[in-house]
Amino acid sequence: MSRVPVYGLLAEFDNPTDLLLAARRAHEEGYRKMDGYSPFPVEGLAEAIGFERDRMPLVVLVGGLLGCAGGYLMQWWMSAVSYPINSGGKPYNSWPAFLVVTFEVTILCAALSALFGMLGLNGLPMPYHPLFHCPRFEFATRDRFFLCIEASDPRFDLAGTRRFLEGLSGGHGISEVPY
Amino acid sequence: MEQKDRVEEISVRHGRPPVMAPGYTFATITDKISSIVLTRPVSLGWLMGVGFASLWAFILLFAVSYLFYQGVGIWGVNIPIGWGFAIVSFVWWVGIGHAGTLISAILLLLRQSWRNSINRFAEAMTLFAVACAGMFPILHLGRPWLAYWLFPYPNTMNVWPQFRSPLVWDVFAVSTYFTVSALFWYQGLIPDLATLRDRAVNRYARTIYGFLAMGWRGSARHWKRYHTAYLLLAGLATPLVLSVHTVVSFDFTIAVVPGWHSTIFPPFFVAGAIYSGFAMVLILAIPIRHFYGLEDFVTIRHLENSGMIMLATGLIVAYGYIMEPFMAWLGGNKYDLYQFWDRAHGPYWWVFLSLITMNVVIPQLLWIPKMRRKPGWLFLISLDVLIGMWIERFVIVVISLHRDFLTSSWGMYYPTRWDWFTLLGTVGFFFMCMLLFLRVLPMISIFELRELLPEAEVKVES
Repeated sequence: MSRVPVYGLLAEFDNPTDLLLAARRAHEEGYRKMDGYSPFPVEGLAEAIGFERDRMPLVVLVGGLLGCAGGYLMQWWMSAVSYPINSGGKPYNSWPAFLVVTFEVTILCAALSALFGMLGLNGLPMPYHPLFHCPRFEFATRDRFFLCIEASDPRFDLAGTRRFLEGLSGGHGISEVPY
Repeated sequence: MEQKDRVEEISVRHGRPPVMAPGYTFATITDKISSIVLTRPVSLGWLMGVGFASLWAFILLFAVSYLFYQGVGIWGVNIPIGWGFAIVSFVWWVGIGHAGTLISAILLLLRQSWRNSINRFAEAMTLFAVACAGMFPILHLGRPWLAYWLFPYPNTMNVWPQFRSPLVWDVFAVSTYFTVSALFWYQGLIPDLATLRDRAVNRYARTIYGFLAMGWRGSARHWKRYHTAYLLLAGLATPLVLSVHTVVSFDFTIAVVPGWHSTIFPPFFVAGAIYSGFAMVLILAIPIRHFYGLEDFVTIRHLENSGMIMLATGLIVAYGYIMEPFMAWLGGNKYDLYQFWDRAHGPYWWVFLSLITMNVVIPQLLWIPKMRRKPGWLFLISLDVLIGMWIERFVIVVISLHRDFLTSSWGMYYPTRWDWFTLLGTVGFFFMCMLLFLRVLPMISIFELRELLPEAEVKVES
């Protein structure tokens, strides 16, 4: 008899405090492959499940710097190299006049890298995810809070992990997440 | 203890009305806002509103079609007044857009929690207002089908845009502003789209919202990056919004025309933009909260705060009105002096008088706290400010141009019916977009309202 492979175990909570405490307990217990799910950002939850490296600021910085350099070089190349025009005796490379467009292109590139960087690092769009099999999970976007310990965690053991989750305070039931 | 403080913060502080009515939970907030989109039947009032707005949008289409066929000669513009309604309305619409970004970005960075219930539709307002604004310079081009020449793209003529010209700066400023506003708006929508996906019963609605939500599932790692990206976008949008109207004002100040060539224009334009933008926010918020029963989320506190911002920015604008002639007097340039004498005494004296009445005198009613708490009065004052700010741009554009250095090149500007059709048509287009938005997307940010609840506070020390 072959069992349906399990993605993980999902524990439900009804407030962010219980979820945060549960996530900390799980981390102390040695679980690493897990994630918390909430209808709004819960302060400290990402740190509690062991997420430390948020690379968003770096992505946006790089995007902004590329935009800045690209915006200025574009104007310089177009106005001073590709087709120099003497306009009112101003130098071909009239840098003060080029600042506005440089600024706008900087903001544009930084903003694009903020949104697309966020989506990319989060692995979105992801139309399919095993969690969507769980009927209760649709409340994660309404008023419920979830902690999922994934089967890929080396310490994961269906019966043992279930016992651990049942022992957490404030839990409202545990469900198996099938693949 | 913390929870109690928070309740007090959102309910009563300094005896002022609350940001959100008490008694809501995560679930009831979610259901109340998502039901407007998912289950509320289409009402006759909404249909009539969309019908009337669309009628004007069609008039716009008609006016634009005739313009393309006949050319800008159908408008009242001519030498010396080459910038008529098109540029007046362009500046007016861009300005209106500013309040949306101010609410969504600047007030977010300033931790003004009351913004959470009005930022979504204010951002939508920004997008639609900038879309209306963007039409005008293109229609004004004379050969609108060549509008893409404004962008630097490799072409067979081997020429590039003139980057020393403020008109080219404007293209970059406005298109960047539109793009960044759209990104910010969409990012804010993602978690709410996921909520709609999970709440929708209709299969098609579920599929469409699911597609747009991109598989958002509220993971802690995702929220962390989301939050960082949101704050960074707000930080980027803040200087951007201040720069946009600054660049728009450069279109005027870089020229030598008396009445335009002034260093006060950038801050003066930005203040005026926020002034008219908040007037539009109130024009939209007051009927929306009434017809959709959202008085619990968009409370008197929001109306009052918006009224106070209008009062403050209105005073900055009034200061600008005083400083302009003062600087002309101080500078002693006779053309500048004549320009300001002409505004009050020339053939357009009545326009200038209505500007001062509508933009400076009437808004002083906002000093009275009772006025700021009466939606009806606020609505009327906002309407007055919106019209007043349109007149301000008319004064700047038309009156400055109609009499410059040489008496031989003096003239008058008379708008034609096509000018009016185009202006009112964009108003119809704007309201059509707003009304459609109200029915298909959550008009209030659901996840940000959940954060305002006392239950959202995590009660453990880190």
